[in-house]
Amino acid sequence: MNVAVVQFPGSNCDQDAFQLFARGLHLPTRYLWHKDTGLGDADLVVLPGGFSYGDYLRCGAIARFSPVMAAIREFASAGGLVFGICNGFQILCEAGLLPGALIRNASLEYRCLTCELRVEASTEAFHPGSLGAAVRLPIGHGEGNYRIDEAGLARLEANRQVLFRYAQNPNGSLGDIAGIRNERANVFGLMPHPDRAFERFHPSQDGVAVARAVLAARFPEMLRRTG
Amino acid sequence: MKINVFVTPRKNVLDPQGAAVGHALESLGFAGLVGTRVGKLIELEVEAADTAEFRARLDQVCRDLLSNPVIEDFRYEIAQK
Repeated sequence: MNVAVVQFPGSNCDQDAFQLFARGLHLPTRYLWHKDTGLGDADLVVLPGGFSYGDYLRCGAIARFSPVMAAIREFASAGGLVFGICNGFQILCEAGLLPGALIRNASLEYRCLTCELRVEASTEAFHPGSLGAAVRLPIGHGEGNYRIDEAGLARLEANRQVLFRYAQNPNGSLGDIAGIRNERANVFGLMPHPDRAFERFHPSQDGVAVARAVLAARFPEMLRRTG
Repeated sequence: MKINVFVTPRKNVLDPQGAAVGHALESLGFAGLVGTRVGKLIELEVEAADTAEFRARLDQVCRDLLSNPVIEDFRYEIAQK
């Protein structure tokens, strides 16, 4: 099971994401550059946090047109696993691989704190029965306010595409939404950072279980793994 | 040809930036204010003829890159031929 972490100019959580999968989950992990046109042997492609292309125009708007995104789009449409964290989530929304958009926090403040997230029953792995009723993950963003039209929100809820909701909404997100998946359950996006929640010195170690829940969408044996 | 593309938050989408600017205007005593929305102006300079085909391409980049239709509307004006 191979993991690839994409580096865009301005990514700044690429190494955190790399370490989460390499040392937190003990999986072969490597980087992809935004100009790469192939994904090699990746089973999971991770779009990390940061400020790709300086957040110019809109967060994720320019990264969406990177050469690597064409390969990721093809990979996702063939059922490949894609996981976007923070700016990675914004990129996936801009690319239309996930529905909705992320706008400026309602408070207009950059929010950096550890949040309690209520676990929704979305997949076998993203489920209170698997992850527990709540997890704690840090956030660090100025544009994490999730927006979607009424019909889109109704579809998300009907298909159980919401993964996590903030126990205390830090950014004004519609429905307290902190993370979602696509209908097919192979593309996942979160504003909170599992990549900042696995080391002993991190405020929480729940990031490993969350990363494992993403992998479990294609590799159910991840659910039974304990190490 | 010079083109001004205006990108604005959609009417039914929350605009935190507009709300903050609105509050500042109120605190300056700017009377009668009923709404403030903040958008973007993108100035393009293009060497092309203003044909139907060109307009179609312009619409396309406005939809795909310059605006995000989930949260924004766009319009443009040809500022100078």
